[in-house]
Amino acid sequence: MAAVPDSGDPSKSSGLLGWIDARFPLSKLWREQVAEYYAPKNFNFWYYFGVLATVILVMQLITGIFLAMNYKPSSAEAFSSVEYIMRDVDWGWLIRYMHSTGASAFFIVVYLHMFRALLYGSHRNPRELLWIFGCVIYVLLMAEAFMGYVLPWGNMSFWGAQVITSLFGSLPVIGAGLVEWVRGDYVIADPTLNRFFALHVAALPLALVFLVIAHLMALHEVGSNNPDGIEIKKLKDSNGHPLDGIPFHPYYSVKDTMGIAAFLLVFSAVIFFAPTFGGLFLESANFEPANPLQTPPHIAPVWYFTPFYAMLRAVPSFAGTQVWGVLVMGSAIVVLFFLPWLDRSPVKSIRYRGPIYKAALAIFSVSFIILGVCGMKPPAGIYPLLAKICTALYFAFFLLMPWYTRIDSVKPVPQRVTGHA
Amino acid sequence: MRKYCVLMAAALVFAGSAMGVAAAEEGESLPNSGADIKDVKSLQRGARNYMNYCSGCHSLKYLRYNRMAKDLQIPESELAANLMFTTDKPFDPVISSMPPDAETWFGKQPPDLTLIARMRGVDYIYAYLKDYYVDKTRPWGVNNLVLPGSGMPAVLSELQGLQKPVFKNEPDEHGSATMVLVGVEPMSAGALKPEEYDQFVRDIANFLDYAGEPIKAKRQSMGVYVILFLLVFFALAFLLKKEYWKDVH
Amino acid sequence: MNDQVDHSRRRLLTAATAGTGVIGVAFAAWPFLASWMPSARAKALGAPVSVDASKLEVGQSLKVAWRGQPVYVVRRSKAAIEQLGNHNGLLADPNSRDSQQPPYIEDKGAARALNPEYWVGLAVCTHLGCSPLGAFEPNNATQLAGTDLGQGWPGGFYCPCHGSKFDVSGRVFKGMPAPKNLTVPSYTFSGDALITIGVDAASKPA
Repeated sequence: MAAVPDSGDPSKSSGLLGWIDARFPLSKLWREQVAEYYAPKNFNFWYYFGVLATVILVMQLITGIFLAMNYKPSSAEAFSSVEYIMRDVDWGWLIRYMHSTGASAFFIVVYLHMFRALLYGSHRNPRELLWIFGCVIYVLLMAEAFMGYVLPWGNMSFWGAQVITSLFGSLPVIGAGLVEWVRGDYVIADPTLNRFFALHVAALPLALVFLVIAHLMALHEVGSNNPDGIEIKKLKDSNGHPLDGIPFHPYYSVKDTMGIAAFLLVFSAVIFFAPTFGGLFLESANFEPANPLQTPPHIAPVWYFTPFYAMLRAVPSFAGTQVWGVLVMGSAIVVLFFLPWLDRSPVKSIRYRGPIYKAALAIFSVSFIILGVCGMKPPAGIYPLLAKICTALYFAFFLLMPWYTRIDSVKPVPQRVTGHA
Repeated sequence: MRKYCVLMAAALVFAGSAMGVAAAEEGESLPNSGADIKDVKSLQRGARNYMNYCSGCHSLKYLRYNRMAKDLQIPESELAANLMFTTDKPFDPVISSMPPDAETWFGKQPPDLTLIARMRGVDYIYAYLKDYYVDKTRPWGVNNLVLPGSGMPAVLSELQGLQKPVFKNEPDEHGSATMVLVGVEPMSAGALKPEEYDQFVRDIANFLDYAGEPIKAKRQSMGVYVILFLLVFFALAFLLKKEYWKDVH
Repeated sequence: MNDQVDHSRRRLLTAATAGTGVIGVAFAAWPFLASWMPSARAKALGAPVSVDASKLEVGQSLKVAWRGQPVYVVRRSKAAIEQLGNHNGLLADPNSRDSQQPPYIEDKGAARALNPEYWVGLAVCTHLGCSPLGAFEPNNATQLAGTDLGQGWPGGFYCPCHGSKFDVSGRVFKGMPAPKNLTVPSYTFSGDALITIGVDAASKPA
């Protein structure tokens, strides 16, 4: 390697690093995105979930690739190949449990990550695009999880796919043809499994990785929000660094390491002691091979989809079609994209908002959880009524937001952040 | 902030109790089988019981003999002498000799049982093997409290003896009295005493729990070490964070 | 920022955390790498194969599959066995120094077999992998695959793909495309003619 002529400039790297830096912005990227990226010093508990989501993404990619080395994506062999991985492949069981637990962990982390935005106004100007990238990631993640769940080709995999793909059938005119096109056959069958495999292993992970990079670029362009909802770039010191900012490295690199350690503790406890998590992460009905002639007594999607499933069932048939439930379910996700423009409060953080928003957010969160419980149950007893009420509350949170955020009282927002972790 | 924590906790408590209620709602609660996956002797007995009484009709197509021998600490000589058919090799899976058209005799092909414990639970298997009763309306003369209309004959009745159904007179929704099946009770003695029979079927249920997930006992003991390691790592990371964050005011 | 930074404590804690982290990553990586080892199914498919050679007549051979490859068992005549020491001049590697066989076979010298009456070896030509044909009797006028094997043919194998010749212990002739003698796998006898391929003569599975 030719030695880089030492120009005597201390800001330029020398040696191997210098050779690379002259050809690739390695040190520049490190400086700008990590060592000298100034983040607010008051990040709290809610700010771990972004890095945890990235860790889980990487873990799913690695465990997924290793599963794909032994999994067979055909309706004849899929179920057996999963048992092969669990029994015959050395350590296959661990890789499988990491992947199945990782899927549920991904949604727990992502829901908490989104909740943080609602708490502190991270979706507000100038972070609207950051929020929108996040919503697209959420939608693709749901598609990825849905297709992944079909791959073991258990009885719940089969019937879950059958039910969800038939939803498209309720759309007028194009419905029936659309369902056949998605399935590649008249019912869920081998062609469906094979294409879901291709999408799950290649297409969607690629899209997710690009979107996560875009998400991080959008974040770094405007800088992170914080629990007080104030823009730290407004007050800078003599070096041009925000007064309330600290460099990401080493402060948040060590803090996130600690957070990751705590996450791995909980994650490992689940994998080694309760991998099925009482049937929530790996459902009992799915240990039976797909049987087109026999539906499981109790079809429900995996827990992370149940709030939307409850909304789907809550909407009654009207004018001879079920399409309204499908539209309501779809709108529940679409409405998320509009959040930055629905929120009209002059302040970002819940710390400085009035009692109306606090009540609204509490009601919304509880409704979402109750909807989740309703989605897991058969539609009997109090659950149908509860689902209808909570669906209404879910939409009220968003649709009434322009009004109640404007009339809500606000507290004076400080100039400097309050407290630090 | 405190209000959210209270409300969130309330919602989670509700969700949790709903789940608990659901678990109880879904069918009668099954008695605890008392099976212990770490009890190797029980698993060995269960393997023997299964091979002698069950493997004639029910395969365990995902379980290999040599894996079972290794996990249950059965020497290979013992395996060949007592647990395998003469044509089986140790690396083969446990396949029954039931022909593929058994539907004609039982109404249904006897299912493979490798994953039955993951589908239904070990307590279900225990209860199922204990709850046969005589029923003249059925093709084999028996029925089962846990799986009404089961096509399987009472293969263990020589050990358990026969049982008869217990009915209770209860008013139905219209108020008229109907006989409702509420349980079973012994009718004739079998070769085993009741506690011996209970242990016999407990061992089978335990063995099937093992067959459903052979790595279960090992992953639990491995997990202890993993958690200990991560606790050490977390402690170090915590101290490191505290040290660097002294800088931040 | 704090003026009194305890640098040595920071270095110690960083090293301890990083060190523990690296150990953790190594433990986490191990299962993934280990998952590439042959699975229980692969080991089952590659398990030892037993052959009953008792029905073989002198001069006859059979082929059996082991680990996806064909294995010859040849019942050699007394004449062929006696010839084994007489044609070293024709062979590239008469003592099998550069060829593949278990040590207990190499020790057997020209016979290259546990029991000289039965020769066991992979029916895979060491040139490019074709399956050689057998002409096991010493003969002066043997024709195989339309080729005259020539005067003084001691008995052995002929590979039709590129013409490599081997003697009846699988030893390759000089000047052949094939570089080495035919490979002999591990095998053992239980009983006079029951051969188990894939198990060492010291009865350890290969």
